Amino acid sequence: MGRESIWVWIEQDSGEVEPSSLEVLSKAREVADKHNYEVSALLMGENVEKLVPVLGRYGAHRVVLVEHPAFKHYTYHPYYVTVSRLVEEKNPNTLLFSATRNGRDLAGRLAVRFRTCLMAHIISIDYDKEGRLVGGVPGFGGNIVAVVSCTKGRPQMATVAPGVFEAVERGGGEPVVEKYSPPAEVEKSPVRIVKRKIGEVVDLSRSEKVVIAGMGTGGNIELAKKLCEVIGADLGATRPLADIGVVPRDLQIGTTGVSLKSKLAIVLGASGAPHFVSGLLDVKKVISINKDPEAPMKEYSDYYAIGDLFEIVPLLIKKLEEKKR
Amino acid sequence: MAELGNIIVCLKVVPKPEEVRLDPETKTVDRSRATNEINPPDKNALEEALRIKDKYGGRVVVVSMGPPFWEPYLKLAVAMGADDAVLVSDRALAGSDTLPTTLALAKAIQKIGNYSMILCGEESSDGSTGQVPPGIAEWLGIPHVTFVSKIVEVKDNKAVIQRTIKGGHEVLEVEIPFVAAIELGANTPRFPDFRRKRWAEREFKPKVWNIADLGLKPEEVGFSGSATSVVDLQEVKPPERMKKILTGSPEEVAEELAKAILEEL
Repeated sequence: MGRESIWVWIEQDSGEVEPSSLEVLSKAREVADKHNYEVSALLMGENVEKLVPVLGRYGAHRVVLVEHPAFKHYTYHPYYVTVSRLVEEKNPNTLLFSATRNGRDLAGRLAVRFRTCLMAHIISIDYDKEGRLVGGVPGFGGNIVAVVSCTKGRPQMATVAPGVFEAVERGGGEPVVEKYSPPAEVEKSPVRIVKRKIGEVVDLSRSEKVVIAGMGTGGNIELAKKLCEVIGADLGATRPLADIGVVPRDLQIGTTGVSLKSKLAIVLGASGAPHFVSGLLDVKKVISINKDPEAPMKEYSDYYAIGDLFEIVPLLIKKLEEKKR
Repeated sequence: MAELGNIIVCLKVVPKPEEVRLDPETKTVDRSRATNEINPPDKNALEEALRIKDKYGGRVVVVSMGPPFWEPYLKLAVAMGADDAVLVSDRALAGSDTLPTTLALAKAIQKIGNYSMILCGEESSDGSTGQVPPGIAEWLGIPHVTFVSKIVEVKDNKAVIQRTIKGGHEVLEVEIPFVAAIELGANTPRFPDFRRKRWAEREFKPKVWNIADLGLKPEEVGFSGSATSVVDLQEVKPPERMKKILTGSPEEVAEELAKAILEEL
């Protein structure tokens, strides 16, 4: 029998790899090397063979490749029937996903299908002495991390929080490619995409500087945008602003949104709810402007300016423009 | 179009996250001092269900798995407009992770029967796994759609659903019955009607089912039915911040801020 194997589901859309899949792949390789396991990248898509070398570089010993037009954009069904079939045939030890929308969508269903464990959004990953998968699972808005282990089922499953691990080129050499054809059911999906509307995607987890608009802006993000322009920052927002549709979900900072790793975050009019501030833990410098002298945000700020952001920010923009000259 | 059957809404009661503490001695989560509330996106799921009922008919039934003290929250859901409510409650369920939780909910949904759709909140604010909706769908053998911002239309045996995806959204057509996970903030939940609220509080009794009612054995649920186990709990300590307070005229504050920002540019 060969070595135990860790499978990583590689998310892609129209042949473009989801960057956080590579984070998971490279972390899986690190853990695999420690325990003498093998890493397989599970790649499903349409015309995606070109991605094989990339997956090798980021840590895949093997690439399990299945190509079909049904995989071009994600809907759960074709992926679900195909992964089910492959797992039944090959019986991997572990199956990992990046905790993106689609990763969570697929993993939640497959775990019940296999009657196995599934840890959500983990921020640490290893095996214990008995070979059980152990992960750190954040809960309660990120205030508490539960260390959870898999006690039952195979494959041992987890979704991995995006932006926590770095995508590092750990692999070496060409991976072994195993090609499979998908089961016939991929063409009988009960879900059909009617249309898609995609704007420009900004990945804030990789931004150096971010200006974050909170409810104190009253949903008026013009000033925040202007400040972004002056200092070359990207725009982010708190959850309520995404809820009311002022910004797209991808700009939402916090537990269910993006965790920042930036040098600088400027927070305009946010009170500092736990699910929000958990997205700022890895920011080097946090600067806030808030009307309320005692908002929780104070505790999470390096600089906490008290005052009306609509008065302060225009002056700040002017000063920054002058000083930059 | 045939009239819709039951529109089932899964509802959870959660402690407000900012009020939950970790007891460092016992390593347990202390929810006792936290205020409880209906999990916020579950309210959006309920509102979406009520809107569908207003437009296409059907019956809205709320289902929940939790201790008896959740009953008032189910009455609140009924006050908002739900037609009926079921509480799955059994000591044997304590400690259930998503595997037995989805099993018990799926069994309850089957017992309610005649369902056209099952709407859940996208995730709970305490666990945040988001695994329950696809899990229920798998037990029931029906399709699921997560991160739903709107159920646009119901026609024949299909629903048209808008789902949030990276950088935008997509419109999907899904066969009925299905499970949909509704995003937080997808709509504005209605306030309960005053008279209905009074009626619900005084007269309405949710159905309470134990696991035997669902044909489940104790070993299939709770800790023994779960596939994960919590080994340890750790409190996340936020990084130490300088907490330098800037006050004064807007001009002075802006000057200080500009300095602090320029250091990082």
